[in-house]
Amino acid sequence: MTALLPLVILCPLAVSIILLLSRGAMPARATCGLVALGMGLCAAIAVTEAVTFLTGPASTGALHVVLWNWMHVGGFGAQFALTLDRLSLVMMLVVSVVGFLILLYACAYMIDDPDIARFFTYMTLFVASMELLVLSSDLLGVYVGWEGVGVCSYLLVGFWYHERPNALAARKAFVVTRIGDALFLVGLLLLATGVGRLDIGSVLAIAPMAPRPAIALGCFLILGGAAAKSAMVPLQTWLPDAMAGPTPVSALIHAATMVTAGVYLIARLHAMFLLVPGIMFLCAVIGFITLLLAAGAAMVQTDIKRVLAYSTMSQLGYMYLALGCGAWQAAIFHLVTHAIFKALLFMGAGSIILRVHHEQDIFRMGGLRKSMPVVFYAFLAGAAALAGLPLISAGYFSKEMILTSAYNVAPLFWLGGVFGAFLTSIYIFRCVFITFWGHERTHPHGRTTIVEFVPLVILAVLAIVAGWVQTPEVIAPMHLFSTLLAPVFGPLPEEHGGGMLLLIGSIVPIIGVSIAWALYKPRHKAPVPLETPWTRTLRADWGFDALYDVLFVKPYFALARLNRGDAVIGFFGAVAWVTRTGGAMFAHMQSGQVRRYAGWIAAGTVLALCLAV
Amino acid sequence: MFALPALIALPFLGGLAAWLVGLRNGSARLPWLVSLLTLLLEALLLLGVTGMTGGSGWRGHFAMPWIPLFGIDFRLDMDGLSLVMLWLNLAIAVPVLLTSSREIKERPGLYHFLTLATIAGINGVFLSTDLFLFFFFWELMLLPMFGVLLIWGGEHRARATLKFFIFTQGSGLLMLLSILALVFVHVQETGQLTFNYFALAGTGAMSRAAFPIMLGFLIAFAVKLPIVPFHAWAPEVYAEAPNGGTILLAGILGKTGAFGLIRFVFELFPAASAQIAPVVMAFAVVGILYCGWLAVAQDDMKRLVAYSSLSHLGYVVLGIFSGTRVGMEGAVVMMVAHGLSTSAIFLITGFIEERTGTRDMRRLGGLWPAMPQLSAFAMFFACALLGLPGIGDFVGEFLTLLATWHVNHVMAFFAAAGSVLSSIYALTWMLRVFYGPPVFAGEAPLGRPVAGVMWTLGAATVLLLVIGFFPQPLLDLSAPAAPQQIVSLAGGAR
Amino acid sequence: MNPNDPGAALAIAVVLFVLGLLGVMVRRNLLFMLISVEIMLNAAGLAFIAAGTRYHMADGQVMFLMILAYAAAEAAVGLAIVLRMHAAGRATLDADTGNRLKG
Repeated sequence: MTALLPLVILCPLAVSIILLLSRGAMPARATCGLVALGMGLCAAIAVTEAVTFLTGPASTGALHVVLWNWMHVGGFGAQFALTLDRLSLVMMLVVSVVGFLILLYACAYMIDDPDIARFFTYMTLFVASMELLVLSSDLLGVYVGWEGVGVCSYLLVGFWYHERPNALAARKAFVVTRIGDALFLVGLLLLATGVGRLDIGSVLAIAPMAPRPAIALGCFLILGGAAAKSAMVPLQTWLPDAMAGPTPVSALIHAATMVTAGVYLIARLHAMFLLVPGIMFLCAVIGFITLLLAAGAAMVQTDIKRVLAYSTMSQLGYMYLALGCGAWQAAIFHLVTHAIFKALLFMGAGSIILRVHHEQDIFRMGGLRKSMPVVFYAFLAGAAALAGLPLISAGYFSKEMILTSAYNVAPLFWLGGVFGAFLTSIYIFRCVFITFWGHERTHPHGRTTIVEFVPLVILAVLAIVAGWVQTPEVIAPMHLFSTLLAPVFGPLPEEHGGGMLLLIGSIVPIIGVSIAWALYKPRHKAPVPLETPWTRTLRADWGFDALYDVLFVKPYFALARLNRGDAVIGFFGAVAWVTRTGGAMFAHMQSGQVRRYAGWIAAGTVLALCLAV
Repeated sequence: MFALPALIALPFLGGLAAWLVGLRNGSARLPWLVSLLTLLLEALLLLGVTGMTGGSGWRGHFAMPWIPLFGIDFRLDMDGLSLVMLWLNLAIAVPVLLTSSREIKERPGLYHFLTLATIAGINGVFLSTDLFLFFFFWELMLLPMFGVLLIWGGEHRARATLKFFIFTQGSGLLMLLSILALVFVHVQETGQLTFNYFALAGTGAMSRAAFPIMLGFLIAFAVKLPIVPFHAWAPEVYAEAPNGGTILLAGILGKTGAFGLIRFVFELFPAASAQIAPVVMAFAVVGILYCGWLAVAQDDMKRLVAYSSLSHLGYVVLGIFSGTRVGMEGAVVMMVAHGLSTSAIFLITGFIEERTGTRDMRRLGGLWPAMPQLSAFAMFFACALLGLPGIGDFVGEFLTLLATWHVNHVMAFFAAAGSVLSSIYALTWMLRVFYGPPVFAGEAPLGRPVAGVMWTLGAATVLLLVIGFFPQPLLDLSAPAAPQQIVSLAGGAR
Repeated sequence: MNPNDPGAALAIAVVLFVLGLLGVMVRRNLLFMLISVEIMLNAAGLAFIAAGTRYHMADGQVMFLMILAYAAAEAAVGLAIVLRMHAAGRATLDADTGNRLKG
């Protein structure tokens, strides 16, 4: 079974390479078939691996597969090696299975695009990088996957390259996350210097012995890297723009997998983060701020994909809050459920967008309930999960788990989380009501194909039932998920105030949905977006984007432009100029008149004599 | 063993032959074939040398008296570092030759002679262990380059050549003074007049004049590499040179500076160079950030790549002056990977210039649909520039950063910040040239890809990936040998 | 004249020298310039003689003889140049017209 593990990476990679070398010569259907085959194989292998691992002898430990020695120089060594433990197993399953479903959906979504081979080259390369990120046992290997997914994200956001805004969004997405990557890299340098290797096991083993400031700095840097990847405040500005890519890309990369890589990384290194409570608190604060800011921004968006993008940021905020509170299981649980329902929402949105002539403004949709019922019910299931409607949604259980742990750390976090949940239920059902109820403002064309339905339905079912694997004690003693992860994170801590919190947490989303209904229920007049200075600021990401533009982006480019000729070259140019002008000046003295020369000679002699005497 | 002098003589003689053939015939085809044959023979020879010489330390020797009166020998020695650089030189000669067949229309024979003579000179620089001989080859490698620049350069070639000449000859003079000073010190201390590297290695470091002598070498190599603030000649010369010349300059000629830093600054004067290391490293970090920042503002593609190249060389300098084994080997990997990726990018820019007639990015854009294969390669090499792990550049960058972190955290932090700047300019390049609406839509299609260019780019891609994922053989091979390892042997040879 | 006090002789030498120099600088005729140079040389010779007398050494006289030789050589070359210029068809002996070597 150890031999099979690399295949999880190799399958999508092989597909990617084949598609790359085919140079688009393959027919679209064959391309889709190949992708479905490769990803299906990948998912099947992942599931097989998971089953054999959990039933095998090492099910509470970890499985190591050393692939090859990467580099070994001086006192430093790194190798390509894979580790399968229960945490990476969960992530591997999310990436493989959800990834498989999304790529299946993408086959239907992209079938008419002439560049479908290029699209799937990037997509499968992304899946391979993500699997490497998840499975690698060496932090440098994680970094390889980390950057790999970043580049794939860049390529896919800018997939429709003929439009300049897409390319700009792609560059922005990469550069902003690159800031985090640079921090992560410095963190790796710090760890590599202290430990001599970047093997996660060794790092975690040595961390308790290391000086605390160094560990704190390392954790801070890694948190910075993770936060940029997950679009946390203050590096969140790239995610809404990244919606320029095709919708399956948003589903896979900017909802289900890549943006959650930061959560996974911190959970992976949780033993180190536990040593520095200050950084944990910072992590919680970042998550807390992001979840509120993003939920606020999502309230006023008009673009359906931007609503979902901000909701992704907000949900990631919950995960970081959970991480900061030490509720590792809750964070990973929410990661899984979020991957399911957010992928579902994006795919639903994609199906809508495809049928309403690539219209993304929800205020120009409406009444779509009748014309696309399957999409409607699937989207509704996703929206319910996102809003956390009690009992019948996966998001409810994972969010409650986070809120309960947050309450045990600081009641303020809980309060903010509940408020965030309240906003969430309003904005997502605002979106649902405007899009699916009321009059038809854009007439849909075509049909939604069966290939789109299958992933939608599977994920919709999962979005309803997946939460039942882990329920609060008050409802039912179901602890499958926390038991699964217990060997990694330890048993779930005892928590207080369960019943009351749960009640409040259940009522709030229902109130939210009611408010949304009151505001956006079908009327004679078509709904229009609110236009006030406030909403405009909110819609533009609280003005972060404009601020960064003025503070960093514009000066960077403008000053570089100003110094385009390079001041250093200018300096040497000035030296040359002085030499040349000086030479020209002295050249005048050589007038060719002997009498002048005699005068100069005499003057020089007198001067020399004076100096000598 | 005459393999080492043959490595130098072969390209020179091959170039001469190409020139003569071109003189008689006048067509471009024949000289091209002759120099291709030369490179092929050179590759075989190098393969033989690599195969024959095993083990570590100094792998090959050659010595015969040249001017005995002054203690000057014709003395060549090869260690792992030289071997790696020789291979890199050969690898970069291929695209140089390749572009020439399409770009150089007049006097092709002379062009081949000059480039091959440069390559011979570079080989000599990498091999010679007699300081006088080293200086001789140093000049031999530069002189033909002036010719290439002056005859086939762009619009402002005269100015660029003059700049290049003044900078390199000025720094060369400094180096000559340093060499002479070192020899005089040696004479004073031992009474023996010799230019032998190994003999001088013993006295140079101990002498009180070590610091100024080291400084002379340092500045000479810093100009060649170049390190900021001595980079003033580079962007202009890179931009004005013909594409083959640019590849030669950026790919390998600059690396002789780094090689010199390792062999003549760091190993001859370990103590003195350790003393000045923090200053040089600070300049390197400034260079990484400054040039990375300026790259984004350039309109000329070649200038953009030139600045990115300067920025990357900062990592090489950091690695060398970190004074650790990790840094040294990281620097060597960086040199190789950077040589390959930069030449590939200059090949791409050259190809674009050939097809569209401009390198001005204000007039370019949306090339992806017109040249999808070239764009894919451009994307890959842009990724190499921005230090994507899995590509050779990253290994070098990471190891040099690691070594820098050992020495100074702040410098390592700022050098790592350079990766943000590199992503900005690399992606800006992609954005302005390949993305966006097609600018050349209405005009004639930009033609089919050229197989030779594509194969070369493909080969560079594969090599960079191999270095990125399996750098260990290169790391093991490239360790520079210490001069002390040979002292006994040097005595015997003389 | 007190042989131990060469002051007066030196004063005459200085006056002669300055006269010669002024002559070189203000006269434009080449012949007069040559004559002025001769005067300057003689001034230097006079200074040597005076110094030689003061220190009771023959060196001063030796130097004077040498200066005579210089002066003869200079006059020969200078006059030859003047004749050559005339032969080349130059209408005037004005030194300022010969400025083709200016930078």
